[in-house]
Amino acid sequence: MLSDITLGQYFPAKSFIHRMDPRLKICLTVYFIVLVFSSKNFLNIGLVYAVILGAMAASKVPAKIYIKSLKPILFIVAFTSILNLFYGTGEPLVQFWVLKITLNGILNALLIAVRIIALIFVSSVLTFTTSPTQLTDALERLLKPLAKIRVPVHEFAMMMTIALRFVPTLLEETDKIMSAQKARGADMESGGIVQRIKALIPVLIPLFVSAFRRAFDLATAMESRCYTGGYGRTKMKTLKISKADVITMIFCAVFLAGFIALNIVLPKVVR
Amino acid sequence: MAIIETKDLSFVYGVGTPFEMKAVNNVNIKIEEGEFLGIIGHTGSGKSTLIQMLNGLIRPSSGQVLLSGEDIWKNPKEIRKVRFKVGMVFQYPEYQLFEETVIKDVCFGPKNMGLSDAEALEKAKEALRFTGLKESLWEKSPFELSGGEKRRAAIAGVIAMDPDVLILDEPAAGLDPMGRDDLLEQILRYHKVRKNTILLVSHSMEDIGKVADRVLVMNKGNATYLENTKDVFAKGKELREMGLKIPQITHIMQKLKLMGLDVDEGTLKVEDALTQLIPILKTYSKKGGTD
Amino acid sequence: MSFIEVRDLVFVYNPDTEDSSEALHGVNMNIEKGEFVALLGHNGCGKSTLAKIFNGMYTPTKGSVTVDGIPTDSEEHQIEIRRRVGLVQQNPDNQLVAGVVEEDVAFGPENLGVEPEEIRRRVDNALKAVGMYEYREHAPHKLSGGQKQRIAIAGIIAMETGCIVLDEPTAMLDPRGREEVMSTIKRLNKEQGITIILITHYMDEAVQADRVIVMDDGNILTEGNPREVFADVELLKKHRLDVPQATELAYKLKKEGIDLGDVPMNTAECISLIEKLISAK
Repeated sequence: MLSDITLGQYFPAKSFIHRMDPRLKICLTVYFIVLVFSSKNFLNIGLVYAVILGAMAASKVPAKIYIKSLKPILFIVAFTSILNLFYGTGEPLVQFWVLKITLNGILNALLIAVRIIALIFVSSVLTFTTSPTQLTDALERLLKPLAKIRVPVHEFAMMMTIALRFVPTLLEETDKIMSAQKARGADMESGGIVQRIKALIPVLIPLFVSAFRRAFDLATAMESRCYTGGYGRTKMKTLKISKADVITMIFCAVFLAGFIALNIVLPKVVR
Repeated sequence: MAIIETKDLSFVYGVGTPFEMKAVNNVNIKIEEGEFLGIIGHTGSGKSTLIQMLNGLIRPSSGQVLLSGEDIWKNPKEIRKVRFKVGMVFQYPEYQLFEETVIKDVCFGPKNMGLSDAEALEKAKEALRFTGLKESLWEKSPFELSGGEKRRAAIAGVIAMDPDVLILDEPAAGLDPMGRDDLLEQILRYHKVRKNTILLVSHSMEDIGKVADRVLVMNKGNATYLENTKDVFAKGKELREMGLKIPQITHIMQKLKLMGLDVDEGTLKVEDALTQLIPILKTYSKKGGTD
Repeated sequence: MSFIEVRDLVFVYNPDTEDSSEALHGVNMNIEKGEFVALLGHNGCGKSTLAKIFNGMYTPTKGSVTVDGIPTDSEEHQIEIRRRVGLVQQNPDNQLVAGVVEEDVAFGPENLGVEPEEIRRRVDNALKAVGMYEYREHAPHKLSGGQKQRIAIAGIIAMETGCIVLDEPTAMLDPRGREEVMSTIKRLNKEQGITIILITHYMDEAVQADRVIVMDDGNILTEGNPREVFADVELLKKHRLDVPQATELAYKLKKEGIDLGDVPMNTAECISLIEKLISAK
């Protein structure tokens, strides 16, 4: 079912990661993504992994759910790794026809896989522990300077909030409409591509109609609750950097220093 | 012979997850050909899962659904044929309308059955007449109709497949009292003419009391009762314990019976209550008058 | 002066076009502070149009509507009107903005520029008032229809409007949800003195109000306290409004010459009236 997708979902819990300032979390996500991609040897990536796995454990979200979040990208991991497997340099270990596998290739493939998985884990920690509203709120604040050059930051954040709020509702509705059309004999499971796309029309049109109806109602609700845009708005949840946030930042700074040092000292395993 | 029979029918949601839940639990029921069956039970009692299993939209976790004696999942590739025989009108069916005109939309089902354009059109017209949608609206876009008219068009879309069993999930939800009464009457008339089996899910006990021959009570995934409407609503206490009510008029008559009046505690309609009460109360009110 | 005053109100949809249609033909009514008024009538009778006029969503074509002395007919007063009159709509799925309950309730006060600590206090109080405080961190789409409607109500209470217009808030709910919403609005009216304007087509809900206004085809058909209005079963039946079986039974008995002495509004009343008749001999 459509509702099985866990990527991008929020799992409420009371953990130190949940309480962390969402702005800091966004910055740290970028920070870790950069670290993952600048890791040139396994000791480096191992260290980064240790911190990521630590954060995952601290988030109090079940490990099962993190593993489930890998499912949709497993194909990409496999594909890019296999591609890299054959692009190594050096003495071939195995060779058949024009394809050769070298030690360097194996290591390369492994590193790519490990990097992509790390990428998913890092972004999952962010989305699992941060509510969509907190996320958009933090983005709005981080991007606030752009409002000075007339970038509609508030409007963009509001759109994100509403989109996130209505995704589950519309998914549920899609399921319902599909069932209703199946009950009228619509065949969505067989036929070629053209037929399948055609079979979607009875689902997509009602979905659009209903989305417009919902948009109309929502606009009325927002207006009647005095929404007039971002000007003059306050926020219930103000973001404050806490002591724990500061400690996290110091830790990450020290970690970065160590990471760079290791990168320089140790030879590059793969290139 | 029973047109639909279920054998140890069960459905479990989210197998293997922490949210695992048995929505339907070992249901064994027989639905007779040509009967009007009411289905009651509050939200989460498993009634919507059950009805979706009856027309093959949900595949049971275990157990069987027999349609005229044959397991509907015997040949999964043929499951669409089951859906033509067991028609299903979902809640708020107007949200499934999609064609340019009402008549085209109603033809969608018949065409999926493989009927020719002319045959489909014939079925569609017949169905629209059954639901009482004015002919002047047939060539209009379904999105231009009023709420009640859209509802009729959508129901016609299922009736047009001429199913032997028609399941309606709260067909009157959200309509005003006038629209609700009209729609219920149309369904009743359709049932009388077509003589097919109808399953009606409703939260309105008064409506069920008015139209159903028998009533199926669902509670926590179990089929608790399947008896004549009168007998089900006579169990006021048991139904209350499940969070269900009985028709107002039945409730009144049960209380009067407890007071010692000679009335039927399975009374379902105001008219029936009147014929019983008038002779009894007349004696009292005359005495009151002469005193 | 009444809280809401409606004078000779005419409202036309799409005026000066081919599809123009008059929804209200000269309506007059007053609504007092702290009152619980039910507007009854079937679809298309103009009651939902009236709801949107009450909070300045539509402006009168002719005539006038004032809220707390402020006329609703100009754009500049809209915010002032909506600070005083909140609107709850029919579809529970379509009026919640945020993905977390408490953040949705905070939406109104945030728009009004209320201080953060004050918003927190109002949100907590509003959620407690509708009995949804334990759900403050939940996602709205996982809640039942009745719970979603109570959150929509909390969103208005947090704005401290003093008046809530509910446009068929129970039409899409199951019986349990209907009961939840009805008991919530009754409690808010009795305990906090919030003015309630309930638009409905269920008579058993209208019965619980202080005053009932029955609308038909853009006009007021009748008004008064529920007992007065519902005594005229003939009129309600003629306009095809919903009449509870208990009321219908008493009415039909009376027609046959058996007068129960009063019009029962529910089963309990009907039973006790019959009991009285029997024991009086």
